[in-house]
Amino acid sequence: MSDLNTAMIEKYRNSFLHEVEANVEEGEWVKMCMQCGVCSGSCPLGNAWEHPPQEIFMMIRAGKRDDVLSSDAMWMCTSCYNCIARCPRGLPITHIMHGLAHYAKRLGLAPKNQPTAKFAQLFWDNLMKKGRVNELKLGLSLYFMNGFGEGIKTALKMKNIGLGMLKTKRMSPAEAFGGHGVKDISGLHKMIKKAQELEDARIGQSAK
Amino acid sequence: MADEKKYAAYICTGCGIGDRLDPSQMETIATREGKMQSCKQHEMLCSKEGVKMIQDDIDNEGVNHIMIAACSRRAKVEAFHFPTVAMTRANLREGVIWVRPEGDEHQETTQEMADDYIRMACAELRFITPPQPSGQQDLNKHILVVGGGVSGMSAALEAAAAGYPVTIVEKSGQLGGHAAQLHKRVPYRAPYDAPMETGIDALIKSVEENSDIEVLLNSSVAKTSGAPGRFEVEIATESGSSKTESFGAIIQASGFKPYDANQLPEFAYGKTPDVVTNLELEKLAKEAGDGPIKRPSDGKEVKSVAFIQCAGQRSDKEGHLPYCSGFCCTTSIKQALYFKDQNPGCDTTVLFTDLRTPGAPGEDFYRAGQKKEVTFTKGAVSEVTAGGDSLTVKFKDLILDEDTEMTCDLVVLATGQVPNSGPDPYAGMGETEEDLEATAEAEAAAAAGEAAPVEVSVESILNLDYRQGTDLPQLKWGFTDSHFICFPYETRRTGIYAIGPVRRPMDIQQARDDAAGGAMKAIQAAVHAAEGQAVHPRSGDLSFPTFRKEGCTQCKRCTVECPFGAINEDEEGYPVYNESRCRRCGTCMGACPVRVISFENYSVDSVGQQLKNVDIPDEFDEKPRILVLACENDAYPALDQAGMSGVEINPWARVIPVRCLGSVSLSWITDSLNSGFDGIVLMGCRKDDDYQCHFVKGSAMAHERMSKVGDTLESLNLEPERVAVYEVAITDIERAPKLINDMADTVEKVGMSPFKF
Repeated sequence: MSDLNTAMIEKYRNSFLHEVEANVEEGEWVKMCMQCGVCSGSCPLGNAWEHPPQEIFMMIRAGKRDDVLSSDAMWMCTSCYNCIARCPRGLPITHIMHGLAHYAKRLGLAPKNQPTAKFAQLFWDNLMKKGRVNELKLGLSLYFMNGFGEGIKTALKMKNIGLGMLKTKRMSPAEAFGGHGVKDISGLHKMIKKAQELEDARIGQSAK
Repeated sequence: MADEKKYAAYICTGCGIGDRLDPSQMETIATREGKMQSCKQHEMLCSKEGVKMIQDDIDNEGVNHIMIAACSRRAKVEAFHFPTVAMTRANLREGVIWVRPEGDEHQETTQEMADDYIRMACAELRFITPPQPSGQQDLNKHILVVGGGVSGMSAALEAAAAGYPVTIVEKSGQLGGHAAQLHKRVPYRAPYDAPMETGIDALIKSVEENSDIEVLLNSSVAKTSGAPGRFEVEIATESGSSKTESFGAIIQASGFKPYDANQLPEFAYGKTPDVVTNLELEKLAKEAGDGPIKRPSDGKEVKSVAFIQCAGQRSDKEGHLPYCSGFCCTTSIKQALYFKDQNPGCDTTVLFTDLRTPGAPGEDFYRAGQKKEVTFTKGAVSEVTAGGDSLTVKFKDLILDEDTEMTCDLVVLATGQVPNSGPDPYAGMGETEEDLEATAEAEAAAAAGEAAPVEVSVESILNLDYRQGTDLPQLKWGFTDSHFICFPYETRRTGIYAIGPVRRPMDIQQARDDAAGGAMKAIQAAVHAAEGQAVHPRSGDLSFPTFRKEGCTQCKRCTVECPFGAINEDEEGYPVYNESRCRRCGTCMGACPVRVISFENYSVDSVGQQLKNVDIPDEFDEKPRILVLACENDAYPALDQAGMSGVEINPWARVIPVRCLGSVSLSWITDSLNSGFDGIVLMGCRKDDDYQCHFVKGSAMAHERMSKVGDTLESLNLEPERVAVYEVAITDIERAPKLINDMADTVEKVGMSPFKF
């Protein structure tokens, strides 16, 4: 992945904005930001962001590539769409944030141990096993994401909710053993593989 | 008109007046106390039949003075339009029944209020005559336009199209002004995404081809005298010859001077040719044509350019312009697109603190710039340095809050517009009465040869032969004084209209809109002057001030305090009224210490008799009387609207509308106190830099004069709280009645006036 990063640096030496435009989902919108700050003011998690969206757009234009891509700011987005609803320029800010996060992860620049990134990986891994999300297993893997001791603690804390869900049949303990899945799991894997190849080819093309 | 005065009163009983009040009692008052020779009632006076009844009396009975007791004088003006007779209106609807609650307990005071308004209207009627036009001037359709730029040419074309011949006086050797220097202009048509041709050549051509427009190049105005409808203008040409022509109205479109960027050494202007102003860039772009723009120092193609917005503007630093010139942001976008359209790879950065793109197209154009990848960086530039092959721009990134810098081939300073005004007649002068007196004295001394007048370095544009200076008065920063929103083209010299950047910074499109407005105003001024009518805000008013020469002490207060410089002086120091220059505000009347100035239908007596005829109850009746002198432009309508919105007004109040608070004579204050009024409330318009006074200075004058009323009160052994002066806006529907209530509370506190008889 770091090869890709080097290639990208080489290619877009002058303009991180162009790099974002070419490679990040909805990245061509970044130049349209007029710096009003409504997105930053509207973000319910604004305080948790190292750089609010307005600042991220400015940093992209100022060419602060490393600062942007290694930031955990865009990983904080919860997709509430408040910013999109309010942006006077109609920028798809939520999508740009996810696009940036995704791009950073591809380049291997996403911050290590970023909980959102970790959870996204757990979700993906879980999904890829059977083609359907196994909520019981996903929940458990989330509990134990940060080690065994913490996992037990979290599980005990959530005990009553879990029992309640069992009682009302919102959760099946049988899911812990295998669980349900799609009919043609190998077909799904083939599709995903093909999509991955196409995406790699696109980014590879772009990196040239 | 018959010499003999014949008075008639008409009382309307419609709109609930007949139900709430006692019409027969009012009729008795009108005939017995008001001495009206006849009095008629009608259930709907503003109806066809009602109006016909009045008109028949005028036509057949020889009635020439009528008192109408019905609604506010601001209502039903079309119905009650009897231009040949003198008319007063008693405001029984908005002024009485709509502001007083129903119920037996209020009946007595409400009826007293109505009775007083009848008495007042009858008294006023005895002291007015129907105004007659002066006939001082005929219709002169010739319009003078000073300045041959976009504003001036557009105004000339507008006036010529309306059938008014125009003479353009242009100082330079060609038409077009600054706009002729431009490569392209900001788009004025959808889709607003690319610079457009300026169209100046076509504009010049249409002016030159228009047979109704005379263009005088290399000329200036050497002297302007007279008044609207009869301006005599001496036009001096470069050859030294001059000619005098007569004009109906004048449009001043003297435009702007570009800001002198030499005052910006921090941006390396003057140190390197690669730092240019926005106007200088236009020249480079024009030279380049469709090819790449080359930088002045070495002719290298510009690959990166930075635009510094607000250069020398919106700053308190000395030598900087404190205001926003309004056109520079869109201009910089336009200029960035000169580079981008020629070479999309050219780096263009606009460094701004606030990007302002006024007008509907502005935002679209900004977006077009962003789409073409013009970089907009919110940053405050501190310094530009030249070194090696490039320029370094140091700035503080205001979003990222860090000091940083960028390099580029060329720097463009977005500098502003400085109004090209003549010397301000009131420069260095506070306009308080004392200052004005001091100035009058100084001027008198100067006239007598005792001291040299202050040397003015700014060249005069109009060279007015007026008592109050050679040019249009200014408000702020050299721009001509006019109310920005309410009456933009009006100046403080009647019949002379300022358009274009001389009144506020603007771009081509705004200047063209301005020109249309200014041309219409000028035409209106010429036509009204011919009819002897006032222009804004008392549009159509035929009355004008005259003075009783025997009583005049030549104190010059009226000539100095007239907000419009309308009054000249003759050799002996007597005032010379120029009727068509006058706006009929009456500020001269309020200024006159010997009360010799009057209008046919508005005078010290016409108001003084009203307040003297208010019935003042005995001290022991515990019914105070509060006199309210309300400006007819804002305060009186606010009180009317209070009636319409059901806001109560204190029953002790007796409201008299005045033309402007500036027309209030101090004698009204002393007379009303002497006759037993317990409190006086004066309501004028806002008077500071953001004034709302329709007569610009009237309200300010009145406040100044009233600040000295305390002495009068003291000499009468009265409490100073009994007189209050307020600034009231037309929207103060709740506040204006409350101010009257406050006075009622004050009277309750300090007690009744001891001057009741």
